[in-house]
Amino acid sequence: MDLSSIDPVVLMASVIVASTPILLAALGELVVERAGVLNLGVEGMMITGAICGFAIAVNTGSPLLGFAAAAAGGAALSLLFALLTQFALANQVASGLALTLFGLGLSALLGQGYVGVKPPPTAALDFGPLTDLPVLGRVLFSHDLMVYVALGLVAAVWGFLRFSRAGLILRAVGESHDAAHALGYKVVRVRVLAIVFGGACAGLGGAYISLARVPQWTEGMTAGAGWIALALVVFASWKAGRVLLGAWLFGGVSVLQLNLQAAGAQFPVASLGWITLAACAAYLGYVLWQRQEISGRTRVILGVTAFAGAAFSYWRQGVYVPFQVEYLSMSPYLITIVVLVIMSFDKSRAPGSLGRIFHASQ
Amino acid sequence: MSVPRILTSAALALGLASAAVAQEKTKVGFIYVGPVGDGGWTYEHDQGRLAVEEHFGDAVETVYQESVPEGTDAERAITQMALQGADLIFTTSFGFMDPTLNVAGKFPDVKFEHATGYKTAPNVSTYSARFYEGRAIQGHIAGKMTKSNVIGYIASYPIPEVIRGINAAYIHARKVNPDIEFKIIWVYTWFDPAKEADAATALIEQGADVILQHTDSTAPQSAAEKAEGVITFGQASDMAEYAPLPRVSSIIDNWAPYYIDRTQAVIDGNWESRQTWDGIGPGMVEIGEITDAVPADVKAEALAMKEAIAAGDYHPFTGPLKKQDGSDWLAEGETADDGTLLGMNFYVEGLTGEIPQ
Repeated sequence: MDLSSIDPVVLMASVIVASTPILLAALGELVVERAGVLNLGVEGMMITGAICGFAIAVNTGSPLLGFAAAAAGGAALSLLFALLTQFALANQVASGLALTLFGLGLSALLGQGYVGVKPPPTAALDFGPLTDLPVLGRVLFSHDLMVYVALGLVAAVWGFLRFSRAGLILRAVGESHDAAHALGYKVVRVRVLAIVFGGACAGLGGAYISLARVPQWTEGMTAGAGWIALALVVFASWKAGRVLLGAWLFGGVSVLQLNLQAAGAQFPVASLGWITLAACAAYLGYVLWQRQEISGRTRVILGVTAFAGAAFSYWRQGVYVPFQVEYLSMSPYLITIVVLVIMSFDKSRAPGSLGRIFHASQ
Repeated sequence: MSVPRILTSAALALGLASAAVAQEKTKVGFIYVGPVGDGGWTYEHDQGRLAVEEHFGDAVETVYQESVPEGTDAERAITQMALQGADLIFTTSFGFMDPTLNVAGKFPDVKFEHATGYKTAPNVSTYSARFYEGRAIQGHIAGKMTKSNVIGYIASYPIPEVIRGINAAYIHARKVNPDIEFKIIWVYTWFDPAKEADAATALIEQGADVILQHTDSTAPQSAAEKAEGVITFGQASDMAEYAPLPRVSSIIDNWAPYYIDRTQAVIDGNWESRQTWDGIGPGMVEIGEITDAVPADVKAEALAMKEAIAAGDYHPFTGPLKKQDGSDWLAEGETADDGTLLGMNFYVEGLTGEIPQ
């Protein structure tokens, strides 16, 4: 197997870039859903952000202003959703789908004169000597501002929801809007603010595609990234840290599979055994960490499985089969879902009022 | 009579009625796989549609639907267009093949034209362009210009059209540079700018300094431009906004003459089902301007090859050629027949990796 043409450091740097758009969009949607609102319009807000950011960046020559405009564009579109669902009490699912369709059409219209135009380059931040560090310099300190904004947002959203009073109110509104209302919290106001935040984040994510990752404007260029962000929020059990993990997994496996294809890599069959062994070890570790009792039967099953895994690895050592490209193509989706679903066995659940319409008189 | 049947006949009656009313105006429909602004494949089909409008003026009305997914949803979109009273419908992607035939069976009076497919019916024609002729020229330029001897190829789906392109490019790149290596990525999409850009980036990071693409957007051009020192070719459309570098030449699909011709046939009432497969000679495939980034002698050779292909003096698949497994395919001087080319499912000798099945 020839993997020498894949440079792991360059690969890691690419992974961070590839995962930033869905990370931003998913973080925004996470806050929206924690406030009890299901906005399926992420794709529409992303693509609107992509063209707003692109147009402003081209016209002003400043990528930063572009990103600001992208956030504003996404937020403006989300206000439409807020108007429909929070004041006109329209169905959230239908409104969200309509928002996506509207955003796709609007962006195509706005983007008429921007096909084939080159945006100003989004420069990497200057970290001075840090950039020259081996490995870490390339992986962590070679990116543009938005990558760090996205990572900062993960921490900010996590801290906000977990430690701040406002975060507690937002979660209360999402869990039971009737109870929150009875306590005197402004349910609609909180939700509108959350929706606008979600729109701004989605806009930033879209602009990251059009200004940094590709960089160009093409109609429909988000090509489903918004839907992936939506799914990510659910599989990440509405937790900011897991959204980051999911985005990295998805972006990572996406980029990795392209690289494996380009390198003509082959699949080491023995790794199946090692994975089995590692899974057994991880389970054992988890059980010990939780100080749970293990029944005799479980012990036997665990032991036999681990042994079988090890034996299989030894037996198939050095055997390689070509990757099936079809499986490689689905692997980002599959691996992300499997990992996050396994993690969600810890009784995580959706916010109680998710998707329900609230009116003070009811 | 079952309910669907009643509905179908009602729909048919409605269609006939409206067709009778609007007899004066011929309605031509287009089903696109991507947005008309993709800057590549769908853009050129839409240019063909606009040419039809301009040519016929008020005699013809055109309608189109963009970003139609391949598969069952396409059947709905095509049916809807037929119900709207279209007399002629162009379905412009390989994956629309079976949906087109299914709908054609239900609307015997509507004419259908399916691009790049191989199945026909009394009211279904197929048409395609010999893109591989352009690929041969690209392969020649790529083989001459690469410094790393690694050429990256972004492939969409493992269908004969794409495989033909890979083989044609590889044969001609190897002819001028025996050390050439092709790295191929299958992205399983026609249009996804972010994924296409990621694929181009992955290829460049692994040493490719020429990127060939068989996907529809200009994203790989952007990725190559960002990397510097990498050359690309416009695909389906000229993509001239990326000239002179990274884009050094292009394959342009020119559908306008064909669309006008077939619309005229419907108006005249002499439309017949047929299979059209035209190349550089008849003008369905054009080679975009070769920029000054290409050395003059290489440019001259490329243009000479273009002339030879156009005149029919040279066939890009001329023996001796072997298949990837080493078995003989074409003997010295023998050229490939269209049947083999249309169903091509093998790599030629020298390419590494396997075609996904």
